[in-house]
Amino acid sequence: MKNVIHYAVVPAPAEQTPPSSLVLLCLASWAIPGAGHLWLGRKVKGLILLVALPLMFAIGLAVQGRLFPFELSWADPLVCLAAFADVGIGVVYFAASALGYGAGEVRAVTYEYGNAFLIVAGLLNLLVVIDAYDTAVGRK
Amino acid sequence: MHSHFVLLVTFAFFVSLVFALLGRDSPREQVRFGGLLMAGFLAAGIVLGWLMYGFPL
Repeated sequence: MKNVIHYAVVPAPAEQTPPSSLVLLCLASWAIPGAGHLWLGRKVKGLILLVALPLMFAIGLAVQGRLFPFELSWADPLVCLAAFADVGIGVVYFAASALGYGAGEVRAVTYEYGNAFLIVAGLLNLLVVIDAYDTAVGRK
Repeated sequence: MHSHFVLLVTFAFFVSLVFALLGRDSPREQVRFGGLLMAGFLAAGIVLGWLMYGFPL
């Protein structure tokens, strides 16, 4: 008689994370850059993201970048997309708006650089949210 | 912070840092990948800037 070895597929602990926790994790990761990784115990990665992304956003504001408004217009459709990208940084966006930053000075030499910093900081934070989600469900 | 080059280097640094953190797991690989990315960003920026020098504004 042959010896047959049976393997059981047991999900890793990370895969058992309830959906509500995953939603909270993603929200926390979006609101505070790096918070999702800190939650998952990836402290170094979380701390670096917590410092780097808001700093990048702050540099964008400091060099006269603009926080774009949410307005749909056929004349300038990319403005609305830029606004969504700006919001990607989370609470920092709302704090900056509330404090009156991000008016943007279109005549400044660094205006476009500032916009690039603001938009890319937001988009990078959205990538960080996806990375935190992948880590939580055991894909990484 | 009005120097385009300083802003280019700063931008490349931050983007490379985040991509390296997300794209690689071990610190050694992260440093290597981040360095390569940053060098690529800088080289591409300088080459494209040099190519565009001939175009009028």
